[in-house]
Amino acid sequence: MSKAQLFLTCLGDQFYTSTLQNMTHILERLGVELVFPPEQTCCGQPLFNNGFEDKTRPVALNFMHAFSRSDAPIIGPSGSCVSMVKHHYPSLFKAGTAEHDLAVDIASRTFEFTEYLVNMLKVTDVGAVYPHKVTYHASCHYLREMGLRTEAKTLLNAVKGLEFVSLHEEETCCGFGGAFTVTFPEVSRSMMQNKVRDIISSGADTVVTCEPGCLMNVAGGLHTAGSSIRAMHIVDLLSSKEELA
Amino acid sequence: MSHDAHPYIGFEEYSERVPQSIPLAVQQATDRFVGGRAARVAELPQWEELRQIGSDIRLHTIENMDVYLTRLEEKVKLAGGHVHWAETAEDARRIVLQIAKAHNVKTAVKSKSMATEEIGLNHALGAAGIEALETDLGEYIIQLAGTGPSHIIVPAVHLKKEEIAALFSEKLDIHAPADPIELARIAREILREKFLDAGMGISGGNFLVAETGTLVMVTNEGNGRMCTTLPDLHVAVVGIDKVIPDWESLTVFLKLLARSATGQKLSTYTQFITGPRRAEGESGPKEFHLVLLDNGRSKVLKDPVGREVFKCIRCGACANVCPVYKNVGGFAYGWFISGPIGAILSPQMLGTQTARELPYASTLCGACADVCPVKIPIPTILRHLRRRVAQGDEFAGPTLPAPIRVTASIAAFALAQNRLYRFGTRLLPLLMSIFKRGDWIPNAPYPLNRWTKARPLPPFTAQFRGWWNVRSSKRKDSAR
Repeated sequence: MSKAQLFLTCLGDQFYTSTLQNMTHILERLGVELVFPPEQTCCGQPLFNNGFEDKTRPVALNFMHAFSRSDAPIIGPSGSCVSMVKHHYPSLFKAGTAEHDLAVDIASRTFEFTEYLVNMLKVTDVGAVYPHKVTYHASCHYLREMGLRTEAKTLLNAVKGLEFVSLHEEETCCGFGGAFTVTFPEVSRSMMQNKVRDIISSGADTVVTCEPGCLMNVAGGLHTAGSSIRAMHIVDLLSSKEELA
Repeated sequence: MSHDAHPYIGFEEYSERVPQSIPLAVQQATDRFVGGRAARVAELPQWEELRQIGSDIRLHTIENMDVYLTRLEEKVKLAGGHVHWAETAEDARRIVLQIAKAHNVKTAVKSKSMATEEIGLNHALGAAGIEALETDLGEYIIQLAGTGPSHIIVPAVHLKKEEIAALFSEKLDIHAPADPIELARIAREILREKFLDAGMGISGGNFLVAETGTLVMVTNEGNGRMCTTLPDLHVAVVGIDKVIPDWESLTVFLKLLARSATGQKLSTYTQFITGPRRAEGESGPKEFHLVLLDNGRSKVLKDPVGREVFKCIRCGACANVCPVYKNVGGFAYGWFISGPIGAILSPQMLGTQTARELPYASTLCGACADVCPVKIPIPTILRHLRRRVAQGDEFAGPTLPAPIRVTASIAAFALAQNRLYRFGTRLLPLLMSIFKRGDWIPNAPYPLNRWTKARPLPPFTAQFRGWWNVRSSKRKDSAR
C-alpha cells in the first residue's frame, strides 16, 4: 500500500474544505494511506513571487520540517503551490547546506494531484460520473511551470457522462496571479472578464480547473456576471457520482 | 546619472486611464500575429534547437560585448564609416545634432528605430530647427498623433483605421477615408517628396555584425531603403546590445526574427549596410555614421540575472501573447518599450525607483517565455527585479511602499509560526463571517477590498483540520 502526505495549500485550507475532503476520499479509495502534517501553513509563494525572498525562507523551512517527518510523497491540489516547492525551494538555500539538501529532497517528492494520479499511480479512471458539458481552463503554473498538458484531460476523459467542450484561449491566464489581483485590480478584472466571456461562449455548464486560485477568481467572476455556470476544482468533479440520465 | 531623469511610471494609474478602444484594437492585431507565428514555427521542426542556438549566441555576445564592439568599430572604420560612442541619451542627441549641423541639414527622414525613441531624438532635432520626419507608416501615424509607440514592431497598433483616417484628415487638412490602402497612398505621396529633399537619413538597426562591421536592417515597407540610400548622409543610432559576432549567427537570428514578429518567413527587405558608398555611381550615402548607444546598458550588463534582457531581438512576440499587455496596451508601460520585455528593461535602465511597478505588472503566467525566440527567462527576471524592488539593491533601498512591506512582514511571521497560523485559521472564518452575504463575501476589508472590487470572495470555511482530527480520533477509537 502506498503512502502519501496531504499538502492542503493555504487557499485550500482557508476556502475549499470539501475539495480537501474529496481529495482525501479519492486517494484513500485508490489505496493510498494518508498522513496529514498539521504544522504545514503556506508554501511561501506569495512572498517569493512578490520579491520577499528573505521572508520566504522561514516559511519554506516550516513547510520542509512539517513534511520531513515522513519520507512519503507530498500531494497538493495546486500546480502553482507544488511548483513553488518543486522548482523554487532549492533556489532559496545555498548549495551544500543541510537546508538545501532537505529542499532538494522535499522537491523531488512533491506532486500535483492529477500528476500523482496519472503519472505515479497510473490511474486514469477514478470512477466518477458527471453527466454535464464541461470545459477546462489550463492554469498557468500547472501548464507551464509543471508542464502538465494532458493529465487533467486524461482524467476528465474517463468520467462517465461527461461531454468535453473546448475553451477559446484555454491557455490564457485568467488574471489571478496571486497578489496581482490586489496590486492591479482593474487589469486583473478585465483579464478575468475575458476568461468569463470565453467560458460562457463555450456552451459548457461547468468549467473545471486544477488551481484553487483560478477557481476563486473564475467562480467569483461568473457569479458577478450572473452566470449559472459552475466553476469546480477537478478534485470535486472527480468525486462526483451524479446519476446518469 | 547615466540616463535622463525619467518621470515615475505609474502602471496602475496609466492602465486605468486606457480608453476601451485600445484593448480591442490590440487584441485583434496581436491575435493575427500569434496565429501567423504559430503557423511559421510549426513549419520548422528544428525551431526549439534554433531558439537554443539563438539564446547561446546572444548570451555569449553579452558576456564578451567589449570584444565584439571593438571588432565592430574597427570594421566599420575600415569600410569607411564613422563610429561614435554615446554614453548617455544626451550624448547621442548631441552627436546626431552635430553631424546634422555640420552638413547644414534642414530635413531628416527616419526609418523606424526604437533607439531614437529611447533618446527622444525627434524632439531634439525639432528644437534645433531640423524637421525629422518618420517614414515608417506606423511611426508616421504616431508622429502625427504626437505619441510614442505602443508596440515594438507595430507602433500604432492601438489605433483603428477609422481613428487613423480622422487623424490624417485633421492634421493634413484633407478628407482621408478609413481605407488602409488609401491611407498608405496618402502617406506615401507626402513622404516621397521628403525623401528627395532630405539632407540626412536616420535609422536604427536590428543587428550589427562585428565580423564585417555591417548594419543589418529588417523592414517591410521599403522606407528604410529610401532613408539609407537617397540622402547623402546616413546616421544609424543603435544600442550596443545589437552586436552579434558574425554572419553565421545572423542566419540564426534572421530565421527567428520575422517568424516570431510578424509570422513571416523573412521580412520583405533585409538590408546589409557596410560603410558608405565606395565610388561615385554606386548607390548609398557619401557618409555613414554609426552612433553606438550605451545609455545605461553597461550598468545593466553587470547584473548576471537581469542582463539576459539584452538577448532580446525586438520581435514583440512576448507582448503579442501577454494577457496583461493585451488588456492595457503599450502606453501603460510608460516608456518606449512595452509588454513583458519592457517590464524587465525599463526598471533596469531607468532604475527601480522610477519603474518599480513594472516588474509587478505580470501574473507570472509564463506565456512570454514560451514564445521568446532567444529564450529570455522573463518570469525569472521579473521575480529578480521584484526582489530588488522589495528588498533594495545596490543603488537604492526598498522602493516598495511601507504598508506593503509591513503586510508582507506580518504575513511572513504568521506563516512561519504554525501555531499562530493555525490559530488564525480558526479565527478568520469567525471574523470574516461578519462580511458574508449569502454564499459570498461581496465587500471584504483591507487588503482584500481590492479583490472584492472585481469579484466576491468565497467564504472562509477552514474546516478540514477539525474534520481530519475528529475522523482520526474516531478511527483510533474503533481500532482499539
